[in-house]
Amino acid sequence: MISLVEKEVKIELETGLQARPAAQFVQEANRYSSHLFLEKDGKKINAKSIMGLMSLAITHGETVKLIADGPDEETALNDLVQFVTNK
Amino acid sequence: MAIVRTQDLLDHFNFKLVAGKDGLHRGIIESDISRPGIEMTGYFKFYPKERLQLIGKTEMAYFLDLPIEQQMERAHQLCTDVTPGIIISRGMEVPEPIITAANRSGVPVLQSKRKTTRVISRLTNYLETKFAPSTAIHGVLVDIYGVGVLITGQSGIGKSETALELVKRGHQLVADDSVEIRQADYDTLIGNPPPLIEYLLEIRGLGIINVMTLFGAGSVRKFKKISFIANLEQWDETKQYDRLGIEHQKMKIMDVHLPLVTIPVRPGRNLAVIIEVAAMNYRLKQMGLNAAKEFTDRLANVIEEKGRENME
Repeated sequence: MISLVEKEVKIELETGLQARPAAQFVQEANRYSSHLFLEKDGKKINAKSIMGLMSLAITHGETVKLIADGPDEETALNDLVQFVTNK
Repeated sequence: MAIVRTQDLLDHFNFKLVAGKDGLHRGIIESDISRPGIEMTGYFKFYPKERLQLIGKTEMAYFLDLPIEQQMERAHQLCTDVTPGIIISRGMEVPEPIITAANRSGVPVLQSKRKTTRVISRLTNYLETKFAPSTAIHGVLVDIYGVGVLITGQSGIGKSETALELVKRGHQLVADDSVEIRQADYDTLIGNPPPLIEYLLEIRGLGIINVMTLFGAGSVRKFKKISFIANLEQWDETKQYDRLGIEHQKMKIMDVHLPLVTIPVRPGRNLAVIIEVAAMNYRLKQMGLNAAKEFTDRLANVIEEKGRENME
């Protein structure tokens, strides 16, 4: 049985995930003990890893899937969704 | 899956575009290449029209022997609206009927100077690589004495720091944090970095560093076959770790099972040295020398002998 939560979100951040926002995103993700992933175009990366995140070059308006799995998955997912949908 | 267009072939190989410029955007969906010999005779029942067509000396000679009306008819049948391209080998002149038909239906006709078999093998190689299944994995890939080691483990466990130490020791970094992996063959996995983060390493406290400019061109690699996986994990007192090295763990990535070594992390353990030795040990095993097995065999022999002496 797999218990995880996931959500498709559109990136609302005006600048996209440039270096600074990406670093903040990863910092956010690292506050949780759940396994967190981000998927774009079939490429899935660890949301706690800045290099992986930056390698996707996520821009404004793109849709990504956020996946959380672990004890605090619900709050982690909500928090990350909040982060990328914040203008 | 990657999409290969006829334009890509033109860019990648030394082909000359002779006709059908309009169809350069056509997609190639199969790595198989068809040699339309039987079709030249007029039998089109099983014509694999969605494949690349390769016309060699034999096909061409037969085609040229046909009366002109038949040439036109066959050329027209060869150039369907999905055919991604027709390649003519040996730099042979392309007959007028083929050029006309190709221009009309937008099938690119490419001319190669090479021999037919050469063209087939190079094209197949290229297409198979492009169509290989691929995935991305969170980990660090390094080349240690020619052995591709994929270091995996939780975020913050020290993968990048280990890679840095390994680079310092003269080994090569392939990819940090995110490794793109494609299955090149039924038993081969090739890893490379995502293009954007090539040569880069992220170290907590330092930030992003460029390994190539810091340590030189010899300290990096663009891709590497993965030989085994070293998984770093927090030392768990309740867990049993391999003490002998005779048990073989495996990890499956796509269809390939790779040997897996689990390395428990604890302050004071020099991970770079341990992984370096693991790589050397792997090489030794490939050469037929297995220290753990030799030792256990020796121990078994001594115990057996002693047992026999005691019996006597």
